[in-house]
This record gives sequence, C-alpha cells and structure tokens, in this order.
Amino acid sequence: MGRAGETRVRGPLFSWSTRSGRARIAQAVLLAALFAAGAWLWNNTRANLAARQIHSGFGFLREPAGFAIGEGLVPYSPTDSYLWAFAAGVGNTLRVAACGIALATFLGIIVGVGRLSRNALVRWLCTGYVEVLRNVPLIVQLFAWYLAATEILPEAASPVELAPHVYLSKEGLQFPTPVWARGWGFALAGLGLGILCALALSRWARGRRERTGRRPRGLWLGLLAAAALPIAGWVAGGAPRALDVPEVTAFNVSGGTGVTPEFLALLIGLATFTSAYIAEIVRSGILAVPHGQTEAAEALGLSRHQVLRLVVFPQALRVIIPPLTSQFLNLTKNSSLAVAIGFPDLVSIANTAINQNGQALECIVLIMSVYLTINLATALAMGVYNRRAALVER
Amino acid sequence: MPLAAEGATPAPDSPRAPPRCARGPGAWLRANLFANVPSAVATLLLAAALVRVLPAAVRWLVTDAVYSPDYAACRALDYRAACWGFVAQKYRLILFGRYPYADQWRPLAATLLVVVALLVTAHPRSWRRWLWPAWVVILAVFLLLMGGGAFGLSRVEPGLWGGLPLTVLLTLVGMAASIPIGIVLAVGRRSHLPLARAASALYIEMVRGVPLITVLFVASFVFPLLLPMGLRLDVLTRVVLGITFFQAAYMAEVVRGGLQALPRGQYEAAISVGLTWWQAQRKVILPQALTLVIPSFVNSLLSTFMDTSLVTVVSMYDLTGALRLALGDPQWRHFFLEGYLFIAAVYFTSCLAMSRYSAWLEHRLGSWARRPEALRA
Repeated sequence: MGRAGETRVRGPLFSWSTRSGRARIAQAVLLAALFAAGAWLWNNTRANLAARQIHSGFGFLREPAGFAIGEGLVPYSPTDSYLWAFAAGVGNTLRVAACGIALATFLGIIVGVGRLSRNALVRWLCTGYVEVLRNVPLIVQLFAWYLAATEILPEAASPVELAPHVYLSKEGLQFPTPVWARGWGFALAGLGLGILCALALSRWARGRRERTGRRPRGLWLGLLAAAALPIAGWVAGGAPRALDVPEVTAFNVSGGTGVTPEFLALLIGLATFTSAYIAEIVRSGILAVPHGQTEAAEALGLSRHQVLRLVVFPQALRVIIPPLTSQFLNLTKNSSLAVAIGFPDLVSIANTAINQNGQALECIVLIMSVYLTINLATALAMGVYNRRAALVER
Repeated sequence: MPLAAEGATPAPDSPRAPPRCARGPGAWLRANLFANVPSAVATLLLAAALVRVLPAAVRWLVTDAVYSPDYAACRALDYRAACWGFVAQKYRLILFGRYPYADQWRPLAATLLVVVALLVTAHPRSWRRWLWPAWVVILAVFLLLMGGGAFGLSRVEPGLWGGLPLTVLLTLVGMAASIPIGIVLAVGRRSHLPLARAASALYIEMVRGVPLITVLFVASFVFPLLLPMGLRLDVLTRVVLGITFFQAAYMAEVVRGGLQALPRGQYEAAISVGLTWWQAQRKVILPQALTLVIPSFVNSLLSTFMDTSLVTVVSMYDLTGALRLALGDPQWRHFFLEGYLFIAAVYFTSCLAMSRYSAWLEHRLGSWARRPEALRA
C-alpha cells in the first residue's frame, strides 16, 4: 500500500488532503472513540459497584476463603486465603490438562495413523471414532461420562479390580503408590542425571557423525546411564520398598492414592474429544509429506523403517506441531468445563468465590489472566520452535 | 522371457484388461483386509470383537428396548436394554424446555421455518440479493412466534424459551451478529493504521485466549455492572451478546484467512483504476475474500452450534440444559444414558450434515478458487 515515501509529505499534521493526514485523523478519531467507550464503561461500573456496596479491589484475596476443595495437589484447607484457593484451582487445572494432553496425544496418534491403515476395518473404526467424538458437543460428552462414573460404576464397597490393587468404583480410581522415602528422592535425582548423560552423549555423537560421517558406537551407554542411575540412587537411599496399597473394606476402598470420579470423567472426556482432533492433525500431517519423498528415500536404499524415521516423520512433524499446540491449548481451555461437573478447577473455584463474595470483576480478571499467561507462554515457545523448524530454502 | 515365449505381443493400442486377480471383491478383500500377516491378524481380531459386540449393542438399543413411556416396563428391564420410554415421556420437555405446554406448536413452527430456510440457503443457486432481507424477515417471524405479544399470540417471556429452538436461536443470532464485527476486526487487523491494527489484534488474541465459559461468566456477572444504572438486559440478551463477542474473534480470523488468500494485485488494480480504499474493500476485496471463506463460515456455524451447549452452565435450558431438566425427575433419572444418546444423535446428525455440506461446498467453490489467477499471491 505504498507506505514508504508518504512520510516525507510536508504539510499540516492533520490534513484531509494527504493520505498520511487522513490516516492520522482516522487514528485520532479511533483513539477518541475507544477512550470514550472505556470511560463510559468505567463510570458505569463505578456507579454500579457503589450502588451495590461492593468494595472493588484485590484485597479480598487475603481473606480466608471458607469453602472446602475436594481434591488437589496443593495442600489447602478452608481457613486458607482466597489467593491460596485460586492457586489450588490453577494446580487442578494444570494437573488435568497435563494428564489430558498426554492421553489425548497417545490416543490421537494411534487413531490418526489408524485412519491411514491399509486395513479397511481399522480404517472404518478409526473414522467412526473421529466422526462421533467430533460431532457431539464436549459438554454433552462430559455429562454422560460423569453420570456413567457416578451411576453405573459399582458402590465403593464392591469395586472393580482392574489390576491387582487398582480399584474402580463410584468413589473414583484407587491405585497403590510408593511411600515417599529418601531413596525415591535419590532415584529421581539419578533419573535426571542419567537423562542429562544420555542427551550429552547423543549430542556428542551427532557432532562427531556430522564431522566424520561415521556414527560412533556406544550410544547404548547413554540409555544404560538413564536406566541404571535411578536404580543406583534408589539402592543408595536404602532401597525403600514400602507401598501404600488400597484395600477393600466393608464400606469403601481405603489407602493408596485416588482420583475422584469428577477428575476421571473430565480427563476421559477431554482426552477422547481432543484425540479426535489430534488424529485428524496427525493424518493430514502424514498426508502432507509428498509421496515423492518416500520414493526418493526408497530409491536411495533406505529401509522402510529408516524412510519413516528419517524422511517422513521429521517432515510431517513440521506440519503437525503448530496445530497440535493449539489443540493442547484448546484442551487446557476446555478443562474449564469442569465447572459443569463439579471438578474444582480454576473456573469452578472462581465461580464459588463469586457466589460467596460478589467480587465478580476481580475473579474473572484473575481467571482470564491465568489463561492468557498460559497462552502467551505457549505462543513464545512456539515462536522459538518455528524459528528452529522453519524450512531453510535456497 | 515369458512374454516372448507366449509369442503374442499385444498390439500397442489395445488396452489390456487388468489381471483377474486385481479385480472384484476377492481382490478388494485381499488388498484391504488380508494384505499381510499383521493386517490379517488385525482383521480377524477386530471381526471377532465386532461379532461379539454388535449383536449385543443392537439388542440393547433396538430389539429388546422399551419404547412406550411405561415406567414399570422400563424398571423391569433392569438396564439390560434401552428404555426409550424416557424419551417418549419427556421429549417435549427435552425439545422445548419450559415453554408453555399448550403453545409448543409455536417453537416447533419457528424451528421448522429456520431449518427449511437453512436448507434453501444451502444451495448456491439461492445466493441472490433477496437472501439478506429474506433472512431478516425469517428471524423476525422466528422471534414473533417465540415471544408472541401480537397477532393474538400470547406473550412468552424469553426466560421460558428452551430446548432446540433456543439452541437454534443462539446459534443463528450469534453467528449473524458476529460476521459484521468479525469483518471489521479482520480488516482492522490488516489495516495500515497502527492503532487499528493493535486494537483489533489485542481484542482477537485476548478473546481467543480465554475459554467460552469465562466469556459467559462475563455476560452473566459483569455485563450488568458495565451498563448504565437504569438499563437492564435479560439473561438471554446478555448471553447472545457474549456468544457474539466470542465468536466475532474467531470469525475475524476466518475472514483474515480469506483476505490473505487474495493476491495483492487485486487491491493494487482496484486502487489504480481510481477506487478509494473503502470502495476497493467493499467492491473488490471483501466480495472475493468472503466467497473464498464460505466453507469456513459453515464450519464456524457448526462450532457455534456445539458451543451453545455451554449456556447450560449459566442456567439456561438449551437442548442440553433441557435434558438435564428432564433428568431432574427422580423417577426417570436412571435412564440418563438414553437421554444423552438422544440429544447426541440430534447434535451428531446436524453437525455431520453441516460438515459434509461444508466439504461439498469447498469442492464446488474450489473450481472457482483453483483458477490459476485467483490464488497466486
């Protein structure tokens, strides 16, 4: 639109007869309109708040919340502050989002590859899965999962045993977990160290291969380190073996670690719904790699496995990753539907807080800023990825 | 060489039929179900599973099910088969919510009117100038039928509207109102005015970054605070506004996609024949860009249709909310699965129809969009 050069036109700053002058007038009018609208809304809000005797401000965050939260990783009791209650909500949102993303990606890749299978039966089943899940609203699916979890599953006194000591009932899913001891801390440290070793080794090997053209042997040492160091740490910490095992009592299942039926319903609903979209992304990503690439790779003598690993997947990933991240964000945003089935995520805790103290404006600003922060962080990470993955064309 | 041994080299012009083993159902089975050992194993395992599951599913869903609204018969089934009696008993509550029972022909007529109008609109042959005023009339008749208060129809408060007509209303009005806002935002985002660009981008990214539920919360909790003291909007209007503002941000991105697909030359040519910026947008750029994104509009309509189900969270009784109302009856509560299957079928058929239509449209308009000069930047 030929912006260059226009700035050189001399004349009055706001003139109707030059293009840049008209642009400035338009911007001034727009600014005034935005400002007027903002001031109008601000004034209305102030008047309304005064009339309802609501004290605006974030001071309420330090007051005790007074309501209980059913579950969460963040230790919380009703005497804690609103701020802490919101933190517990953010913790629950992130927990269900992280589990959901892992499960949805896993299912989505399987179904997406299945839709391209040469086996017609597999293809039809995967297509049916995608079509059904994508064409029914998520909230309908969540209600159905939730009612299924709380109505169809057996009472807690007679749970289904999915695996030894893994129980599923109306109270949720209970499974054994190791009792925390020093040895587990050492094991975690060993795992981190082992992964670092493996990464450093593969980096060195890659550099060497690029310099000499030969692939160094001994890469399995890295894997060995990643596997052996945690075990070494566990043994060094006294090899703790105590497990917290759930047992069936006369009334319910006690002990072990449990997740509530709300969490289960939300997790399964979000993961299956999103996996249908991920399957489509995976499918179109694989289809986006031109067949000539496969043929060229085969002509070079690469094995079928090598063709997939070295030629098809890296190129498909470049197409898949951007929409995949936006599906991850969608899943995180959709986890706010937790409010409909009573899982205490950020939005439902904010909802409770609003009903209790009427600080709607502040609570909604808080929710929105949490989601916008998550979005912004993902967008920044994606920017870095895109710069690294962008095709360098000659 | 076997060919030489057979002696007869086919004439170069006579096309040879494919070998018999590459034709017919046998070849199809071999290629698609028994191509290799893993494929054959997968086929056999899946077929075995289907043989076990499918008859049981058909028995549960169809043959053993109870269809009459007979509670005793449903109880006697003990969940071994579906009780469609729940749907038979409650279908008017599920479809029309709390709308006065005697007047429920009105939401039925209104919904049918809109569905027929949508079917007519779906065909590109009806894309004429009269379509816009026709839709204004249709929406007015829809609202008149629902709300009454004239022509001898009794007045029905919007608070009582519910079920499928409410879903249709929220979808259509949200969609229709968000298109103009979306166009303004999209053009603003590509404007050469930095302030317009920044304001549009900020709005679009902020709205797209938050879940629809928070926007509905804003509509139900914050809108009353933002308006002047005397002015009160009922909850339906506020929710429609919330959906509109939310959908507008997505619509803006759809329109922007169309604007970006148009070659710059279109704009430059329009300016060089002496059109002003506004004329170029209105007469050259937008008509082409909007035609390009019609299939995406249909997809937006589909996602708005599904998104409207969230209004049940702010206590409105759309199709999903009305089902929950029906399930509030403790006697029938246990047959929730049948109820959810029923509304899932309603959503599924509508959405499948829309997405198939969008694909068909894309194919049909594709012949226009694929013209070599149309999409080259």
